[in-house]
Amino acid sequence: MSTILECKGLTKTFGRKKVLSNIDLELETGKIIGLLGPNGSGKTTFIKLVNDLLTPTAGEIRIAGFKPGVESKKIVSYLPEKTYLNEWMKVEQIIEFFSDFYEDFHADKAYEMLQKLNLNPGDRLKTMSKGMKEKVQLCLVMARQAKLYLLDEPIGGVDPAARDYILETIINNYNKDSTIIISTHLIADIEKVLDYVIFLKDGELVLSSFVDEIRAEQGKSVDKLFKEVFKC
Amino acid sequence: MPWNFENDRPIYIQLVERIQLLIFSGTYPAGTKLPSVRDLANEAAVNPNTMQRALAKLEEDGLIITQRTSGRFVTEDEKMIKKARDKLVQEQINEFLVKIQDLGFGKEEVLAIITKMLEEMKI
Repeated sequence: MSTILECKGLTKTFGRKKVLSNIDLELETGKIIGLLGPNGSGKTTFIKLVNDLLTPTAGEIRIAGFKPGVESKKIVSYLPEKTYLNEWMKVEQIIEFFSDFYEDFHADKAYEMLQKLNLNPGDRLKTMSKGMKEKVQLCLVMARQAKLYLLDEPIGGVDPAARDYILETIINNYNKDSTIIISTHLIADIEKVLDYVIFLKDGELVLSSFVDEIRAEQGKSVDKLFKEVFKC
Repeated sequence: MPWNFENDRPIYIQLVERIQLLIFSGTYPAGTKLPSVRDLANEAAVNPNTMQRALAKLEEDGLIITQRTSGRFVTEDEKMIKKARDKLVQEQINEFLVKIQDLGFGKEEVLAIITKMLEEMKI
């Protein structure tokens, strides 16, 4: 089993505030991984560091052996928490844009997903609701044939029916050579599709384990364990 | 239709049980080809790796046979299926009997109640 993502002593501080603290992590290829933690635990910061949108204060990251940068971005498909697409563009124009931009982008796959989600490729983004925009963005991200998918809260804003379709899409697009990291706090919905979970608490890695190991050892679901670990 | 799972046990074990049931009940009779891992995972709405693990366990138990080029099949050995089925029944009855004993029922008493209930069910 090869390693897709490796972090050593990864630390990020904003001024005096420590957001991630000394994270050591090694993730295998071919898994669907849940990055779990309450609000403000460092999930998005972690994902941004892997995407080279932030620079570590200390420590290092390797993605399939590459430092975050041009080479790593070729193999990482990233769904940010906010949309960055141009509001005036039509979905089909954005698809064209993605086709130019990413070698591994499959336009036909994107169109197929849009159709399943009842989204019209001729519509402009600015005429769409927040949830619809999120769906468009997810279609774009999943239409790439990437080695690592980093999905920051992909199911937060969409309706339950679309949530099922999104999980189905994730299952369908998954293959042994790719890895999917999903950050979320909606664990109950997603637990069944995860192999592995990582718990972040106040910027520290408090648990990393296989879902079925947690269930076997603790006799409870990850969702329940999460509620206990992060009890307010 | 997603399958339902209990929260306190590993998902792969529950998948094993569920597929066993599909085989025992004749939904997947002896010798039938099973859907692909991906299709099964999709139907159950679970991680394909977890489904893979469940199928590997069933293969280890001899209920499923993998043919390298053509996929997975339920074993054609009906005796084997019957044996596994009997084992499951015995386990479940055993579990039940232990519970009933804990409640203080004796052998004859349990037997009498079961006989009466079976008659009422007209099986």
